[in-house]
Amino acid sequence: MAEVLDKESSKEELIDKVPKEPLFSKKNRKLLSDPMNDDNPITVQVLGICSALAITVKLYPALVMSISVLFVMAAGNVIVSILRNFIPNRIRIIVQLVVVASLVALVDQVLKAFAYDVSKELSVFVGLIITNCIIMGRLEAFALGNGVWRSFLDGIGNAFGYAWILLAVSFFRELLGSGTLFGYQVIPDAWYIANGGFYSNNGFMLLPPMALITVGIIIWVQRSRNTKLIEE
Amino acid sequence: MQELINIFVKAIFVENMIFAYFLGMCSYLAVSKKVTTGVGLGLAVIFVLTVTVPANYLLQNYVLQEGALTWISEDFAEVDLSFLSFILFIAVIASMVQLVEMAVEKFAPALYGALGIFLPLIAVNCAILGGSLFMQERNYANITEATVFGFGSGIGWFLAIVAIAAIREKIQYSNVPAPLRGLGITFIVTGLMGIAFMSFMGIKL
Repeated sequence: MAEVLDKESSKEELIDKVPKEPLFSKKNRKLLSDPMNDDNPITVQVLGICSALAITVKLYPALVMSISVLFVMAAGNVIVSILRNFIPNRIRIIVQLVVVASLVALVDQVLKAFAYDVSKELSVFVGLIITNCIIMGRLEAFALGNGVWRSFLDGIGNAFGYAWILLAVSFFRELLGSGTLFGYQVIPDAWYIANGGFYSNNGFMLLPPMALITVGIIIWVQRSRNTKLIEE
Repeated sequence: MQELINIFVKAIFVENMIFAYFLGMCSYLAVSKKVTTGVGLGLAVIFVLTVTVPANYLLQNYVLQEGALTWISEDFAEVDLSFLSFILFIAVIASMVQLVEMAVEKFAPALYGALGIFLPLIAVNCAILGGSLFMQERNYANITEATVFGFGSGIGWFLAIVAIAAIREKIQYSNVPAPLRGLGITFIVTGLMGIAFMSFMGIKL
């Protein structure tokens, strides 16, 4: 009797050992966490810089942009991963572009309907999500060769990696450039020279070149903490 | 004529694709290690921009805009297809790039050898789609203006990539702090060049 029980329990153990991966296995968690630091799309893979910098003057548009990219990345990765066995290799770029372009058109229409002001502010940069190299890069490098769930995680991870750089850059630019965060005044009014104080906003932070320099400094900080990323 | 020169100069210096809008940064950073490859990619971008901006201008004015279809029949005066513009623009760009690639391969094999790998990359260069989208937003009066704008933006991009490639070749001999080497210093130098280019702001002929 005891033997039978033993056998049964060992059978269960065996079933458990069949390599059915849990949804958030270590490997899958790595897909989410790697793009945050070691494999960040902006500072390490150098992808998606085009649209990242132009809209970082204020936090709010940067947040809207990040959410749009998050949606397009995740949905695009899933769709291409579903279709990956049906897409002829020679025309895959055009197929990917069409998938991404339709998703972006969707995002654009939603923004125009529910957040018109921001959509005016982002102007052409919503459309430029189509050619955002992060999206094409991840579709090419990951979604074409991996299953749906893993592609989804990869899309989410990379979009978050992109988002945190975007938000970090716009945090500093808005704080130092206009003294506000999300449009709320954070530097006390009494500090300003106009009110007899000592402080004035650095208008230079609002100009386009400062976005590049801010990213340069973020890369500097990141690489001096994470020395294996240093280039020769 | 004066208007055309104004658009041209503005597209190159004041509204430079790289320094004012950061368009095409990905290939700008990836392919700017050497001047020769920079020149190759820059030429390809000039060419593709000069072709695709007017092509998309025609598309915009005769198919997509509200009331653009009236040349077929008066009944279409209220049709507004502009929500399709992203898909159509990118399709035109991708097929144009493919076409250009085939034509160059057939008729100018030497140039193809030089540009070869860069041509397909251009389909996903933000500067190209950006050129078309700016053209759509700014509503140029006629096709000549749109062409001049496309050509000027291409030249501006070309100048930027050649300049940064030359600086990067020289910077190899400098003692840059280790974490800044490569990508970091390129970002900062581009930022400084952008500040220099800002002195062109407000120029009007």
